[in-house]
Amino acid sequence: MSNRIINLLVPVVSVILGLLVGAVVMLVSGYDPIEGYAALWDGIFGDAYTIGETIRQITPYILAGLAVAFAFRTGLFNIGVEGQLIVGWFAAAYVGIAVDLPKIIHLPLAILAAAAAGALWGFIPGLLKARFKVHEVIVTIMMNYVALHTVNALIRTVSDGGDNTGKIHPSASLRSDFLENMTDFSRLHYGIIIALAMVLVMWLILEKTTKGFELKSVGLNHHASEYAGMNVNKNIILAMSISGAFAGLGGAMEALGTFEFISVKGGFTGIGFDGIAVALLGANTPLGVIFGAVLFGSLKYGATNMPNAAQIPEEIVSIIIAIIIFFVASGYVIRLFIERLSKKKEAK
Amino acid sequence: MNFLEILYFLVPVAIAYAAPLILTAIGGVFSERSGVVNIGLEGLMVVGAFIGVYFNLTFADTFGAGTPWMALLAAMVVAGVFSLLHAVASVTFRADQVVSGVAINLLAVAICLFLVKKIYGKGQTDFVQERFLRDGIPFLEKIPFFGPMFFQNVYWTSVLAIGIAILSWVVLYYTPFGLRLRAVGEHPMAADTMGINVSRMRYIAVMISGGLAGIGGAIYSQSISQDFGHSTINGQGFMALAAMIFGKWHPLGAMGAALFFGIAQALSIVGSSIPYIKEIPSVFLLILPYVLTILALAGFIGKANAPKASGVPYIKGKR
Repeated sequence: MSNRIINLLVPVVSVILGLLVGAVVMLVSGYDPIEGYAALWDGIFGDAYTIGETIRQITPYILAGLAVAFAFRTGLFNIGVEGQLIVGWFAAAYVGIAVDLPKIIHLPLAILAAAAAGALWGFIPGLLKARFKVHEVIVTIMMNYVALHTVNALIRTVSDGGDNTGKIHPSASLRSDFLENMTDFSRLHYGIIIALAMVLVMWLILEKTTKGFELKSVGLNHHASEYAGMNVNKNIILAMSISGAFAGLGGAMEALGTFEFISVKGGFTGIGFDGIAVALLGANTPLGVIFGAVLFGSLKYGATNMPNAAQIPEEIVSIIIAIIIFFVASGYVIRLFIERLSKKKEAK
Repeated sequence: MNFLEILYFLVPVAIAYAAPLILTAIGGVFSERSGVVNIGLEGLMVVGAFIGVYFNLTFADTFGAGTPWMALLAAMVVAGVFSLLHAVASVTFRADQVVSGVAINLLAVAICLFLVKKIYGKGQTDFVQERFLRDGIPFLEKIPFFGPMFFQNVYWTSVLAIGIAILSWVVLYYTPFGLRLRAVGEHPMAADTMGINVSRMRYIAVMISGGLAGIGGAIYSQSISQDFGHSTINGQGFMALAAMIFGKWHPLGAMGAALFFGIAQALSIVGSSIPYIKEIPSVFLLILPYVLTILALAGFIGKANAPKASGVPYIKGKR
């Protein structure tokens, strides 16, 4: 079996194993897995409304996945997508509320603000890594909490002690009557187009530009890159900033599309951490990220139907997602298993 | 309120908040010293917190006032077993240890909430009946000045945490086991050549970290939150990770850092009733531990160096 097929098989096998483990968990805890998965299916594809909502859920997942995948491709592990997404969310909401401009300027401005805020939140760990050789994993984790508490404080300041910024001006909104009508008044918004465009942008940067080649090469071997005359430090900072910008855009989707506000957060959104799952499943390629986001976004949204339709706590889907991450991360074992299996067949 | 009164008020709260952090951070020290990065501390604390509350609610009638201590044992065992998942993935399956840790965090929250909903039929548990109570330590509380500050109003769990920190220091630095564990984390191939079973050492270290984080979580849920819900453990595990780094991967350093972070947490909670402190917006106190950790890593507060082989799977025969 060729390496390419095995690379494709690892995520597929992981997903199947994850769903099987999910079924076992349901069985052991006294639920009917068939009923459970039927409710999940209905929650994803049930009618026009649920499909619209599912796509809406997929939108920030694509961007969070791109953020993680882009960093991975350049040899960095960005666990800080969660924090970058939250600051992006706030920046977009703030611009959406604070200024009043024609839509053609206001909306792009709000989106850019989110990207800039996310990029800044990625720039700091990038700078620390480049300048002081600090591992980006720990810094980005710490930056997540700094983002959470800072944004909460900012929301309280902006809203004079309240816990909600209030609605953004319609001129900054991504909402679309056309998409809403088509999907039975779901919250589906134009953000999905931005997300898909960003997939293309990531592909263009990595595959078609000199800078992208440099970024990848620094990720693969920074000694060789330095020897070839590339500025390794600059590339690390740039890679983290771009990754952060993708994450910030994910926040803009929530600020300008889904919710049209930001409220004080008791904890993380989880989108950033699920972004790690999306990127891993998609093997850190732009196209793969779409598949990963579609799978995890659908599962996450479909799960909300499970308590109603089958009386199963929706956390079962989070269990499944975590198990899938385990299996994808342990790809070495699955690879070994597939290779042995195919060798046996050849021997026969 | 004069300065002394502030100290008498603040220090006991700080120590109470520090105890779970100390234990979890020490757990992190064991794991990372053996060469396994453990981002999953947060998740292991979640498991400990849930098991603590579950055990407490279920067996309060059987064990009476001793229930919380039995619950600590149960939490230690269950979280230790749960951490095996991380050990298997990162030692045997050679998975990326950070990714596996992230999966542990997601899985722990998901399973515990799933069980809470399954068992109690709602989003959080009831409040525990038997909880840890503050107590004075005999004799020591009579010491002038220090007595009221450190020994009059403390949880015995804080004493346990500090005791374990000192014990861990002795184990890691003055026993053959500790030397082997550190050797495996610094240079696994050299350790392997000397006949140390690298995988076994790493399994043991990860399970110790799971057990300690479990105790930490159970202390938190039975003394501070007193119930279990989705936000019971909200960053304490990562703060413990921060304490471990800030303490330069040393048990006593981690303890010191955890105590310091405990003060920051205490200030952000009770600071509004202390003059001068209440002028500082609480957000600065909330982000203080995280910012300090970043600064420590950047080398502004002494250089922090991780164990050399931390995060690298050991593959026999590979240079």
